[in-house]
Amino acid sequence: MVAVAETVRRPTRRLPGSGTISFIGRLFRDKPLGAFGFVICVIFLFCGIFADWLAPYGYNQISPINRLKPPSEKFWLGTDNLGRDMLSRCLYGAQLSVIIGLSAAALATVVSILIGIVSGYLGGKFDMIMQRFVDAWMSFPDLIILIVVVSVVGPGMGPVIVLLGLLYGIGGSRIIRGAVLSVRENAYVHAAQSTGATMPRILWKHILPNVMAPVIVLFTTRVGAVILAESGLAFLGLGVPPPAPTWGGMLSGSGRSFMYLAPWLALAPGLCITIVVYAINVFGDALRDLLDPRMRGSR
Amino acid sequence: MQAYIIRRLLALIPTLIFASLIVFITVRLIPGDIIDLMLSSNDIGADKKSRVQLEAALGLDQPMVSQYFRWAGAIVFEGSLGKSLWQNTSVMEEILHRLPITFELGLMALFVALIVGIPIGVYSAVRQDTVGDYVTRSFAILALALPGFWVGTLVMVFPSIWWGWSPEVKYIPFAQDPLRNLAQMAIPALILGKAFSAVVMRLTRTMMLEVMRQDYIRTALAKGLATRTTIIRHALRNALIPVVTLVGLQAPVLVGGTVILEQIFVIPGMGLLLLEAVSQRDYPIITGVFLVVGVAVVLINLLVDLSYGLLDPKVRYR
Repeated sequence: MVAVAETVRRPTRRLPGSGTISFIGRLFRDKPLGAFGFVICVIFLFCGIFADWLAPYGYNQISPINRLKPPSEKFWLGTDNLGRDMLSRCLYGAQLSVIIGLSAAALATVVSILIGIVSGYLGGKFDMIMQRFVDAWMSFPDLIILIVVVSVVGPGMGPVIVLLGLLYGIGGSRIIRGAVLSVRENAYVHAAQSTGATMPRILWKHILPNVMAPVIVLFTTRVGAVILAESGLAFLGLGVPPPAPTWGGMLSGSGRSFMYLAPWLALAPGLCITIVVYAINVFGDALRDLLDPRMRGSR
Repeated sequence: MQAYIIRRLLALIPTLIFASLIVFITVRLIPGDIIDLMLSSNDIGADKKSRVQLEAALGLDQPMVSQYFRWAGAIVFEGSLGKSLWQNTSVMEEILHRLPITFELGLMALFVALIVGIPIGVYSAVRQDTVGDYVTRSFAILALALPGFWVGTLVMVFPSIWWGWSPEVKYIPFAQDPLRNLAQMAIPALILGKAFSAVVMRLTRTMMLEVMRQDYIRTALAKGLATRTTIIRHALRNALIPVVTLVGLQAPVLVGGTVILEQIFVIPGMGLLLLEAVSQRDYPIITGVFLVVGVAVVLINLLVDLSYGLLDPKVRYR
């Protein structure tokens, strides 16, 4: 209540962004593990964005003299069977993971919002039919849908992003729908309805802002899920095709047979995936506890 | 109970119709001509005759709606999923041959998940906010982040470098040598069960914390019942019901995971069948596996719902 009174009295003092900064402060104070995850996520994002400057070599810079060199001062993480620097490849891999993770998770969130809000708000027959479709969709394992569709459309960055976005979007719509079901019974929604507000306006102005907490949490956890799914797909040779340095792809294909000679090839990409997904998960958990206590224990 | 089962089975029909539509449309409505892809990827030689033959074999020479009804009708009335394009064997037979292998792997992984996840979850809840709780919870999140295919790769590579030992990659059927078969399946099952056990552990912990605060637990402790008995007989039984639901929800994840592990450890189950079919663009097999997996997951969820009655006397089926 106090917070509400403050904003009403002095609305102009609320600087844009101050909410985010105080939120990060709360994260560091109340959730140290979540804050640790947040820091790693920021580092990962930084590596992804600035991979072109950070990487000492190109991701596909072949150097036959330096084949299968163990980690050294020149090559921090060693080199692969074509003499390509593993550190550079892992950094460019971060770039691909950032691009795929963020864009697929964003698409998934938009799809979840569209289905969840409309289905939850309208209810009735539309909701029933939509939910039977979501039921059917969710009874297929993610990876199997991905394999089947990629086998038809062919691998590539675009298809992988669109597919992962649709896949997680349809599944995640359940969570948004659940939140909408409770929000739509609030007095302000009934008030808007009785003043004759149009449906898009009610959805956009009244429902959406009030389901933002689960939306943010959903987005965060989806980034991790997308990165894991993408690397699994790349491992099966169905992700972004080589020579693109995807982390999953580096663990599969021709590199596999060289791992017995050069075990460092098996370590770096796997560690990258594990650390990033771990960080996103602990950050997502902390975010959920802070933003939306109702979702605690879900997932 | 009988009426409930019949009603639940009837309610499955719309879900199954949607599922079959998803399978059918996914493989057919996608840009690019399947025939061209198949002809080019299999070097058949794109002469007119083989093209017409292939179209007829896939039923692509007919309108979409009649294609669907012919396909769905064959499944419902004849139990037929068509024939493999390259081996000319029955898809249903092939799947029935592979299904038990994947089922065994999934069941073993489920066993691992429950045997590891439940006790650790209970421990973590009983010792809430201690070092032990913190360590187990961190490990659970780590287990979720570790990709199964990476752990599988490490298990293949490092023991072979250090000790010259590597897991068996020639599949031994259960009927031939049960012990060696189980030993062979144990490693993939452990890896597959790892992430699942973390999910089970987290949910068991949350539910135990909630149940432990209930009045009947306080009553049981107050009347002098041993803590161990209270936890096992009173708390755990009530905390486990959502865990059973979780098994249903995680079934698709488990099945998806088998694909990757079957590939790494060369286990000839449904996953490997799917991957082989994908590399050969054998669409009848792809759609067959896709559909069977979907139906299996729907049925597992039905069984999960029915099992509530056994676990919780409060649940009455009406």
